Amino acid sequence: MSGLKAPFRRRGNNVIPGFGLSMGVTLTMLSLIVLIPLASVLLVLRDYSFAEFWRVVADKQTLATYRISLSCAGIAACVNVVFGVLLAWVITRYKFPGRRILDGLIELPFALPTAVAGIALTTLYSDKGWIGSLFDKIGVKISYTTKGITIAMIFIGIPFVVRSIQPVLEKLDPQYEEAAAVLGAGRAETFFRVVLPELLPAALTGFALAFARSVGEYGSVVFIAGNIPYKTQITPLIIMNKLEQFNYPAATSIALVMIVFSFLVLFGINLLQSKINKIARGS
Amino acid sequence: MRSKTLQIFLILLGVLFVALMLLLPLATVLAYALRQGWRIFAAAITDNYAVKALNLTLLAAGITLVVNTTFGIFAAWAITKFRFRGKQALTTLIDIPFSISPIIAGLVFILIFGRIGWAYPLLEAWKVKIVFAVPGIVLATIFVTFPFVSRALIPLMQSQGSDEEEAAALMGAKGLEIFRKITFPHIKWGLLYGVILCTARALGEFGAVSVVSGHLRGKTNTLPLHVEILFSEFRLTAAFAVASVLVVIAVIILILRNIVEYRLKKEEE
Amino acid sequence: MKKSILSKTTAAALGAFLLIAALPGCSGGGAVNTSGNTASADASNPTPAGAAKEPAAAPKSVSITNVSYDPTRELYERYNKLFQEYWLKEKGQEVEITQSHGGSGKQARSVIEGNEADVVTLALEGDVDEIRKAGLIDEGWVKRLDKESAPYTSTIVFLVRKGNPKNIKDWDDIVKSGIEVITPDPKSSGGARWNFLAAWAFSNQQNGGDEEKNKEFMKALYSNVTVLDSGARGSTTTFVENGQGDVLLAWENEAFLSQKEHPGDFEIVTPSLSILAQPSVAVVDANVKKHGTEEVATAYLQYLYSDEAQRLEGQNDYRPSNPDILKEFGDTFDLNIKLVNIDDDFGGWEAATEKFFADGAIFDQIYKR
Repeated sequence: MSGLKAPFRRRGNNVIPGFGLSMGVTLTMLSLIVLIPLASVLLVLRDYSFAEFWRVVADKQTLATYRISLSCAGIAACVNVVFGVLLAWVITRYKFPGRRILDGLIELPFALPTAVAGIALTTLYSDKGWIGSLFDKIGVKISYTTKGITIAMIFIGIPFVVRSIQPVLEKLDPQYEEAAAVLGAGRAETFFRVVLPELLPAALTGFALAFARSVGEYGSVVFIAGNIPYKTQITPLIIMNKLEQFNYPAATSIALVMIVFSFLVLFGINLLQSKINKIARGS
Repeated sequence: MRSKTLQIFLILLGVLFVALMLLLPLATVLAYALRQGWRIFAAAITDNYAVKALNLTLLAAGITLVVNTTFGIFAAWAITKFRFRGKQALTTLIDIPFSISPIIAGLVFILIFGRIGWAYPLLEAWKVKIVFAVPGIVLATIFVTFPFVSRALIPLMQSQGSDEEEAAALMGAKGLEIFRKITFPHIKWGLLYGVILCTARALGEFGAVSVVSGHLRGKTNTLPLHVEILFSEFRLTAAFAVASVLVVIAVIILILRNIVEYRLKKEEE
Repeated sequence: MKKSILSKTTAAALGAFLLIAALPGCSGGGAVNTSGNTASADASNPTPAGAAKEPAAAPKSVSITNVSYDPTRELYERYNKLFQEYWLKEKGQEVEITQSHGGSGKQARSVIEGNEADVVTLALEGDVDEIRKAGLIDEGWVKRLDKESAPYTSTIVFLVRKGNPKNIKDWDDIVKSGIEVITPDPKSSGGARWNFLAAWAFSNQQNGGDEEKNKEFMKALYSNVTVLDSGARGSTTTFVENGQGDVLLAWENEAFLSQKEHPGDFEIVTPSLSILAQPSVAVVDANVKKHGTEEVATAYLQYLYSDEAQRLEGQNDYRPSNPDILKEFGDTFDLNIKLVNIDDDFGGWEAATEKFFADGAIFDQIYKR
């Protein structure tokens, strides 16, 4: 067995054909479309010393953009988990007119072009817009503040959470909950002690997916973000800024930090998901 | 009954959230598109540049679809039918385009094929243009939507297991035959679901495409980029009119998706 | 067994590689086709796009690309028609002109990265000079055309809401607390750099050259900025369409355009001192040589100085560089405004960029806490 330690080599005996072919195509296409392009980022940094790299990625203003991007994405993902669980629950557990329409609308942020969403949200939430003008009366500004950024991120993140939780909830037998209720558990108790633990891995996956997507999102956020350094400037905007000053190494350095970050988040998600699969198949 | 009240409350809360967060932006687009009447709306969407942009968008989405579907099927087959070391890493690598900033996605292609990129001398020699031309737009679109089909297929094929395929293989069936006769009927709706989402996202991609486009009017402007251009030309109504075309496409796609999902569930039962 | 799998993998990999390799190739062909279609559709003279590459045969049509910045969309839409007529009369040749617009820095970058512009018409000399540094434009381009390669000029003014409710008259009014200012990000926008420098020049005049006081002034100004869009057009949209802020620092032409789009909603305030903004134009030498479009591209820019074009520029609210024609527009423009300029007062763009806009320079410092 020790000779078979190399990655992407099949293990165990399996009679299904096509391993070589499918793995070959997968790896080739993955390399050509994703890996080689991403590796090219490193090529730009070949003349860059680590000190220079560090000066750029740990610069005060850059750090502020991480903080803004991460905190807005974090808040947005939390809101999405709450409403995602709620929506998934409502859609799978209740029968009511318009349920399928509601179900169908969840993917709207996938289907709506990000720029269109961005422009629409900015218009809607600026103090002249339908919603923004209501908030303006109580002195709250939404567009061009971190609140606006968060709202755009909620918009793009919601399908990830709902679609992660929904399948688990569908598989979770309602009888389970009924049994708990029969045994005298209160509704809240049933939900928090029986349902929620089952949903937790899926909710976490949804959280992480929505989070990762929000941090990198550009099209829908750029219109609504005020781009004020230290206040409403998000990381993709500072990358754009460095580019516009013809500073490719600086832009790529920050891009690299984001790439590594999203890889880590995704790796975490996939570990989680294989755990979920095991649970799903085990029970 | 308290349970009924709670149920209605939860449903209302969910509906309210969807209405506020998802439907209202949609309604804004449509309301603005039509605020100066149908004639201006029609003029905006039949404008020469708008039509060209639509054609380009459809072309890019079409090629993307073929490439990503091919990839999705092979990747899902490799990942779900076999056991191998590094599976976790492989799935993660495939997912990367999901969470990478579209700006970075565009940037990497500039860094390869742009005048400053390492592949540029080669392209010059072959007289091929990639970035600031149609192929760059296609590539960026493929990149951004790369994992969609495989992501739709992998969980489905995983939950189905591979017993049937193994049995067929033992009886001497060839790979293609196994896929066509055994696997495909199980995954066809799931596949379609992935394809539909991939199309939707491909049609609407903005960030990555905007980086590699060069914004050449009538040549490298996709429909979402055209929306932005109109928006910065003070032609707000026209911008929203063109955007509403994309919205209508999006809604049609969602309806298709809904039908597919319904079939998918029926098949499962 | 192991060996056979490996060779299969290699074969498959090779197959897939060919598939992908064929893809850019075939869509590359698509690109040529598309541009061919564009040429025939726009010039109503069906000639393959490749024709532009054979100058010897005096082709019936030629196509050039003008990469420009945001506020010039309306100007070049009209100017292109004027030039097309002129060139057809002069040479009997149809010209197809492809326009591209965006933030000035972004546009310069796209040319550097391989967007094959024949001419660039950008917001400031510094951006064109970046293209020269990349080796695409020859040395000494500034002197190749009249008036330092700036066929039209503009300046920076204030756009305020109807009736000027905050009573904004000059630069020192917009640094007062409680005033919301909209201006783009000087890091990414050419117009924003002119805004910044104009404000600095005013402060410098008030404070007798005290740099520290100037920095204080700029700090006060930028702490009033509520939205820092990445381009001049973005800022205008934010101010005009989305109703943000009390005052927009804008190109004069952009301010006039906003007024025309929304009659009666806005007023233009000319400050006591501003800056002579010289948007620069240049032929991109490397690209015109490649396309064989040197003659038409050069003529395209030279014609910007003709009387007809100068008048058109005036009608589009740019200040014509020809002083006689500028006088014809005396009713439109405030010709008495005191204007500083980049070379005499800031030592040219190179020095100004270094001092104000580079990473860690004055603009970054005023935001540092």
